[in-house]
Amino acid sequence: MKTNINIKNRVAIVGAGMTLFRRRLKETPQELAFEASRVALDSAGLDVKDVEAVVIGSAPDAFDGFHMKGEHLSDGSMGYMKPVKRVFVGGATGVFTAIAGWWHIASGLYDIVLAVAEEKMSNARPHPQGLFKYIWDPIVERPLNPNLIWIFAMEMHRYMYKYNIKKEDIALVSVKNKRNALDHPAAQAAANISVDDVLKSEVLVWPVQRLDISPVSEGAAAVVLVSERVARKITDSPVWIEGVGWNLDSTHWTSRELAYPKYLEEAGNMAYRMAGIENPRKQLDFAEVYDPFDYKELHHMEGLQIANKGEAPKLTKEGVTQRDGDLPICPSGGLLGVGNPIAAAGMMKVCELFWQHRYEAGKRQVRIKRGYGLAQAWGDLMQVSTVVITKT
Amino acid sequence: MTKVYKSIAVGVEEEKRIITIYYKPYIRYEFSAGQALSRYLQELKNGRIIGRKCNKCNRILVPPRLYCEQCFRMTDEWVYVRDEGIVNTAVVSYITQDARKAERPEVVGVIELIDAPGQGIFHRINVDPKEVVEKTVFGKRVRAVWKKSEERVGDVNDILYFELVKS
Repeated sequence: MKTNINIKNRVAIVGAGMTLFRRRLKETPQELAFEASRVALDSAGLDVKDVEAVVIGSAPDAFDGFHMKGEHLSDGSMGYMKPVKRVFVGGATGVFTAIAGWWHIASGLYDIVLAVAEEKMSNARPHPQGLFKYIWDPIVERPLNPNLIWIFAMEMHRYMYKYNIKKEDIALVSVKNKRNALDHPAAQAAANISVDDVLKSEVLVWPVQRLDISPVSEGAAAVVLVSERVARKITDSPVWIEGVGWNLDSTHWTSRELAYPKYLEEAGNMAYRMAGIENPRKQLDFAEVYDPFDYKELHHMEGLQIANKGEAPKLTKEGVTQRDGDLPICPSGGLLGVGNPIAAAGMMKVCELFWQHRYEAGKRQVRIKRGYGLAQAWGDLMQVSTVVITKT
Repeated sequence: MTKVYKSIAVGVEEEKRIITIYYKPYIRYEFSAGQALSRYLQELKNGRIIGRKCNKCNRILVPPRLYCEQCFRMTDEWVYVRDEGIVNTAVVSYITQDARKAERPEVVGVIELIDAPGQGIFHRINVDPKEVVEKTVFGKRVRAVWKKSEERVGDVNDILYFELVKS
């Protein structure tokens, strides 16, 4: 049953666009935002004058290398002389940007909003990894010289230990997503690899190996959101946003059960209630689950209640999550295959919802039988999740 | 059709010609540790671990906090806890903080304290990496190994590492 929430406008996605995802691009952050925004606007068949407000998503300022990133990006994001706001919840930013765009319209404040996410990570030399130092607690954690991959490795290993999951079963996610990405025209890390390739790749922080991880990327992605009134006028095939959810756990990650993302369960429930979804495993047609690391896709499938605790690897092994399976996960190729320009990667997943629902995904197309799709992202200090549910 | 703008990637040869702007901000950070963590650091200097107890949910918070984030009230009392715990998770790092190859592997993880259930300390664990890879270190009892008292300064590195308790 749908929750009776007070929403003034039903919201639809009517356009989507993105740039290539690559390690180092010649474009500036503004130029990348401009390109993605322009493609999205054109695909919606709207003019810059039609867009009433803009939401920008971008991860830490330190990546691009200057502060006030939102203000800096606003020109290239169609924000000139418009109400503009930047949102930021770490890796979960991309999907959150779409959520913020949604509430601009659902509240009744605007009819047409552009939501754009951009990231430029290779500006920082020798490696953007060095900047992740500043997400750790300065008093009790930084003195131990932590690397961001440590925290993923600790979570992955706890997950593997608690549910007795094998590395080779986790590696199947990387194999699937990189293969799916072969059909994505923007993909950076598409490849035909085997489980063996993953298991033989360089060990970074055991149990995390090179091919368990998405690459360092740059790029931008954008969607155009409109109210139902506008949608009915300009398109025959709007993609409705039926549910949104987000939830944040404490930064005290050492006092959390790392094997299960409870905050994601809460975020998912919020979105499911709004969309009227009671059984996500049976009602969703596909899901763009956040996959910066291969185990994260499994972890998130469980938090989203698509799989029981510890059983996402089983669904993966059985082929349920393949593009031709009963519930395709990351048909786009995900972050592992398409790339991971942090905020833009989450927005790429929202773009994929748009293309899949409209049967515009080409070789990546999944069958839309029941009507629902889901995109999810995750971030901050392993503590936040954002969820969007769409319907044809 | 999936609409993609064909942005231009920098080639390998071109990458060598990139002009790097080198800039080192002249800035130091002097962080406030806060009321709870300041006491924690002082007690580390004394070779002890201290937490704060919330009398509403009965959790002992380590590292200590001035307030309980769940009950959203001030915590009530200081409680010393033993420097012993159970390995909750552990990993072997082969890279440095900025993703370069480390000189030697380092084991780090979360130690769930015996006297503060559900509360963990993030630190180094001095075990054979093989025990981590085989996951045999999980659930094992470990104890803090401290620097000599005259070397302790009131920092998390006053604990050298945690090591297995011989049974």
